[in-house]
Amino acid sequence: MRVSKRTSGAVALGAAVALIASGCSGSDDGGDAGNTADGAIVIDGTQPEVPLVPANTTETGGGAIIDYLWTGLVEYPNNGGAPQNAVAESIETTDSKVYTIKIKKGLKFHDGSEVKAANFTKAWNWAAYSPNGAQNSSFFADIQGFADVQSEDPDADGPQKAPPPKAKELTGLKVVDDYTFEVTLAAPTAVFPTKLGYSAFVPLPDVFFTQTPEEFGKKPVGNGPVKFVSWEDDVSIKLTRFDDYTLRDKMKIKDVDVKLYQEDTAAYNDLLAGNLDFQQQVPVSALAGDKWKNDLGERAIQSTTPSTGIIAFPMYDAKFKDPKLRKAISLAVNRQEITDKIFFGNRTPADSWANPLTPGAVAGNCTACQFNADEAKRLFAESSGYQGEMVFYYNADASHKDWMEAVAQSVKNVLGINARAEGIPTFAVFRQQINAHKMTGPYRAGWQQDYPDVENWVNPLYVKGGSSNDGLYSNPQVDTLAKEASGAANLDEAHAKFAEAVKIIDADVPSIPVYFQGQQSGHSDKIKKVELTNVGEIDITSVEL
Amino acid sequence: MSDPTAAAIVGAPPSHQPTEIGGPTDAGQPAHAKQEKPRGLLGDAWRDLRRKPLFWISAVFILIFVVMAAFPSLFTSADPTAGELSRSLEKPSGHAWFGYDIQGRDVYARTIYGANASIVVALLSVLGTLLIGGTMGMIAGFRGGWVDALLSRIADVFFGLPFVLGAIVILTTFNGSGTSNSEWEVKGLVIASLVVLSWPVVMRLMRSSVLATKEADYIVAARALGAGNGRIILKHLLPNTLAPILVYGTIMVGSFIGAEATLSFLGVGLKSPVVSWGIIINEAQDLIRVAPYLLFFPAAFLVAAVLSFVMLGEAVREALDPKLR
Amino acid sequence: MGRYLLRRLLQLVPVFIGTTFLIYWLVWAVPGDPFAGKCGERPCPPGFVAMMTEKFQLDQPLYVQYATYMKNLFQGDFGTTFGNRSINEIIATAYPNTLKLAVVALAIEAIIGLTAGVVTGLRRNGFLDNLVLISTLFLIALPIFVIGFVLQWVLGVQLNIVEPTVSSEMRLSELIVPGFVLGSISMAYIARVARTSISENRRSDYVRTAIAKGLPMRRVVGVHLLRNSLIPVVTLLGTDLGALMGGAIVTEGIFQINGIGRIVYRSIVTKESATVVSIVVILVLVYLLMNLLVDLLYAALDPRIRYE
Repeated sequence: MRVSKRTSGAVALGAAVALIASGCSGSDDGGDAGNTADGAIVIDGTQPEVPLVPANTTETGGGAIIDYLWTGLVEYPNNGGAPQNAVAESIETTDSKVYTIKIKKGLKFHDGSEVKAANFTKAWNWAAYSPNGAQNSSFFADIQGFADVQSEDPDADGPQKAPPPKAKELTGLKVVDDYTFEVTLAAPTAVFPTKLGYSAFVPLPDVFFTQTPEEFGKKPVGNGPVKFVSWEDDVSIKLTRFDDYTLRDKMKIKDVDVKLYQEDTAAYNDLLAGNLDFQQQVPVSALAGDKWKNDLGERAIQSTTPSTGIIAFPMYDAKFKDPKLRKAISLAVNRQEITDKIFFGNRTPADSWANPLTPGAVAGNCTACQFNADEAKRLFAESSGYQGEMVFYYNADASHKDWMEAVAQSVKNVLGINARAEGIPTFAVFRQQINAHKMTGPYRAGWQQDYPDVENWVNPLYVKGGSSNDGLYSNPQVDTLAKEASGAANLDEAHAKFAEAVKIIDADVPSIPVYFQGQQSGHSDKIKKVELTNVGEIDITSVEL
Repeated sequence: MSDPTAAAIVGAPPSHQPTEIGGPTDAGQPAHAKQEKPRGLLGDAWRDLRRKPLFWISAVFILIFVVMAAFPSLFTSADPTAGELSRSLEKPSGHAWFGYDIQGRDVYARTIYGANASIVVALLSVLGTLLIGGTMGMIAGFRGGWVDALLSRIADVFFGLPFVLGAIVILTTFNGSGTSNSEWEVKGLVIASLVVLSWPVVMRLMRSSVLATKEADYIVAARALGAGNGRIILKHLLPNTLAPILVYGTIMVGSFIGAEATLSFLGVGLKSPVVSWGIIINEAQDLIRVAPYLLFFPAAFLVAAVLSFVMLGEAVREALDPKLR
Repeated sequence: MGRYLLRRLLQLVPVFIGTTFLIYWLVWAVPGDPFAGKCGERPCPPGFVAMMTEKFQLDQPLYVQYATYMKNLFQGDFGTTFGNRSINEIIATAYPNTLKLAVVALAIEAIIGLTAGVVTGLRRNGFLDNLVLISTLFLIALPIFVIGFVLQWVLGVQLNIVEPTVSSEMRLSELIVPGFVLGSISMAYIARVARTSISENRRSDYVRTAIAKGLPMRRVVGVHLLRNSLIPVVTLLGTDLGALMGGAIVTEGIFQINGIGRIVYRSIVTKESATVVSIVVILVLVYLLMNLLVDLLYAALDPRIRYE
C-alpha cells in the first residue's frame, strides 16, 4: 500500500480507494465541449518523496502522478468492479501458473517509441533485481526465479556488502514476440491478473535503461493519457494531454497542474477562494460539524474507499494470547459512536474483515465487530483477564490521536481496564518497533488494498509469514485454507475458500477492524463533470469543464 | 575590550541617590526610615511592594493557581479523564461550565487539572533558563575577553539547534516509548530540555544589559572604593541589569506552556492521562470552527496565569528599581 | 574595531565545526530506522535498504560519515536527500523564500512591538498598556496554527481581501499576513522589553535634562530615550531572525510557502543527517552574523561600550 506523507493530513492511512465519484454539479450533460478541449485544471497533490519511477514509489504523492502518467496491462474501473484489459489484449492461463499476455499493437510511449512486450519484462526484471533497490520489488515475488535475483546482506547494518544475486533476470519471464510474453509463477495464483493493474507492473520505455533511475524519475516517460511537462520541487508538477493516446480513457481537457501542498488547510482555503479545482480530501477542520458541506454545497463529493482502520494485537505478547480477551476488547469498542463523534459520520463502522468494496469480500462477516457491552464483560470475566495498564499505541505524526483515544476510552468504560492511548513520535520509530515485534499493547494499523481482491486482505495480514502480519498471528487452518484459495483455478473458487479462512480469523480476533474509510473531496465551479478512480484519486480523463 | 577610561557621555543612571525632586511621592521616606534601622535593597523593595495593590492582586491570583495546581479536587469534583463519547462536543452548560471536548470529557475539570503540569513545567523551566542564562550572561558580560568569546560561542552553538531536533533527541533518549518514567520524571525531562534549548536568549539579553551597565559611574566608583568582583556583581550589577530578563522571563512562562504542548503533540512530552493547558488547546485547534469555546477557556486560563506572573514581575521590578522609588 | 571584527570572524570557524558536528550527531541519535516507515505498513525490501545504506554510508561509523560530509561540503557539495534531491538546489530555492518571510516578520514585529513598547512605556498602566499586554499574551497562548488559520480564513476566504496562500513569486503584499502570524510569537517580548527599557530610562537624569532644556518631546523620545533603550530590544531582534527562519514550519505550511521549515522537520524525523546539517548550518551562520551585528550595534548605540 502507499503511505500518505502529508504531515497533518486527515487521512494518514493513505490514499483512499474510491467506489464512485458521483456528485459533481447538477448538470448531467457534462460540460461545454469548447471549454473542455483547451481547458486546464489545478488539482492538489503532495511532493513525491522520490523520483517518479513506478517500481520505486510507495507513497500517495508520487503514486498519483504515476497513475496519471502510465496505463498498465489492466485497469481498475472507477466503479470498483472487476479489472479490465487496458494495454493487454488478452491474459490467458489454463492452470493459474503460466500466463500468456498479449498486448495491443501500436501503443506509444510519450517519447514516440512503441510499447512492446520487452518493455514489460525488462521493467519487471529491473524492479525485482535486489541491487536496484526498488521499493516495490516484493510485488514480483510471485514470479518464478524471484529468490535468485535477491541477495541478503549477511550482517544487516554491518560493513559487509550483500553479494550479487545468483541471477540477473527472473526465469519466469519470457518474451515470445514483440507483442506477446509469458509469465510463469512459482505457484498457482488465481489473483495474479488482478495484481497487474498495480503501478509496479507498468512498462518502462527503452530510454529508462539508458539513464539512471534518478534522471528518468525527474523527467518520466510513461504510456498514459497525459505526459510529463515539468516539475518544480514543492511547487507544482505540470502535465499535458498525450495526443497519440489511443486507449479508452483519452483526456478531454488539455492541461493538468498538480499543485504540491504542505497543508490540507491551505489547499482547502485555495479551493474555496477559487485557486484550486480539486481537492481529494478536505481537512479535519472543515469536516468537524460537517462545515465542508455548507462551504462547498453541490461541489462536495462524499465517497467511500476500500481501506480500513484496524487495531492489531501483538500476538507475541503473552498478555494477548487468550482469544476470549481479544474478542472482549473488540466487542467493547463502540464503533458507531466513534465514527459518529470523532469522524462526524464521515467514516463507517467496520463490520467485516475485508473491506466490503473489495471483490470477493463478504459484508458483515466480522462478528467480533459489533458493540456488545454485556457480551464483552461476560467474555472478559471468562478470559485470562488483564493486569495493569493497557496502552493503545499510534504514531503521533499523523492525526490518529482522537480515534485511538476514543477506542481506549471505550474499552476502559466497558471492561474497566485501565486503558489509555499513547503516541509514538514518528511513523519510522513506530514501524521499527512493530517490525521488531516489540509492541507491548494493541497498536494502530491500517490497510488499503493494493489491488481489488479479497486475497489482498488475507494473505499479507493473517497468513504466517505475510508481508504485513506484524502481530505474528498464526493459525495452521487459516494458512492451509489461504494457500488452497490462492492456488484455486479461478477467482470464484478462491473467494469461497478465502471466506472459509476469514471465518476462522473471526473466531481468533487477531486484530480489531474499527472503521471503513470515507473520503470527502471538493471541486471548483469550473469543473462540470468528474469521477474518482477506485483509489479515490481524481480521474483526470473524466474531467469536463 | 571595553575602555574603563571612557567617560560617560550621557549620564549613567545614578543609583543610590535619593535626590529626586518631584519624583515619586515617597521621596522623604527612605531618609526617615534610615534613622530607625538601616535596610538593604531587599528590605526597601519589600516595604515598597507591600503598598502596591498590583502586587497583592497578582499574588492572590498566583496563589489561586498554585492551590489549583496542588489540590485540583478543591475546584471540581469531575474526573478530567472520564470521557463518554455520547456527550462529545456538548456546549457549555450549568452541568459542565466549559462544555465537553471531543472525547466527552469535562473541559472545566481538564482545565483545572491542567494547571499543575502547565504551571510546574513552565515555571521551573523559566527559573532554570533565567538562572543558567543569567549566570552565563553575567559572567560573559562582566569578564569580557576570552571568557565572553567562549561563552558566547557556546551559546551560538546551542542557538543553532532546531528546537524540534533537540527536543526529540533529548526526550526520546530518556523518555522514549516503552520507558516507564513516572509523571514527575517526565516533567523533569521536559523542563530540562526546555532549559537546555532556550538559555542562550537570556544569556544574550543579560550580557547586553551588563555591557551597558558595567561602565556606569557607580560601578566605576564602587571599584575605585575597592569593592570586589562578587560585591560589584551582586550589589550593583545584578539589581540594575535584572529588569529586561525579569520581563522576558515572565512572558516566557506563556511560551513554555505552549512549548510543553508541542512536545506532547510530537509524542515525546507528557503522556495521557496527564493533561496540561497546552495539550487541551492543541486538541481543540482542529475544532475551531465548531467549538471555539474549547480553545477559549484554557487559553483564557493561560493568559490569566501569565498575566499574574507578568504583573508580579512588574511590581517586583519596580520595587527593586531605585530610580522608580 | 578592525581587530575585533577579524577575531570574531575567526571564531566562526570552531563554532561552525562544533555546531555541524553536534547537529550531525543529534540527527544520528534520533531513534528509529530511517527505512522502517518508508514503505507503508510493511517492511521495506532488503534490497532497497541495502542500496540506501550503502549510498548514504549509513553502515559507517559516525565520524566517518561526518568526515565525508565535511569533505564534500568544502567542495561546495551539500549532498542529496534520501529522495535524491540536490540539497544545493533546495538551499538555492527554499532559503530565499524563508529569508523573505522571516525579514517581513521581523519588520512587522519590530514596528508593532517597538511602537507598542514606546507608547506603553511612556504611559504606563493605562488602558492601552493593559490592552497591548493582554492581546499580545493571547497571541502567545494560542497555537500558531490557530492564529494563521483564523487570519487565512477570515481575510482570505470570508472577506477575500488577500489570497489565502502565497504564490511562488512571493510578492511582498502576500507576505504581510504570514509575516504577522510568524512575528506574532515574539511581539509580546519586544513590546514588553521595550516598554520596560523606555520607562526605566524615562526617569533618568539625561531625559529630565533634555526636557528641562526645552527640547520637543518628539526629539527627546526619538533621539535620547529610544537610542538608550534599544540595547535589549536589538539583542532580542537580533536573535530572532534566526529563530523566525528556523521556526516557520507551521506558518510556511499554512500559507503554502516553499521554505526550509518543512524540509528540516521531515529530514529530522527521517534521520537525514546531511540534509538537516546542510540546511541548519546556514541558519547557524545567520545567527552568528546577526549576533556579531548586534554586538557592533551596541557600540553604536551606547558609546560606553567599546571593542578594541
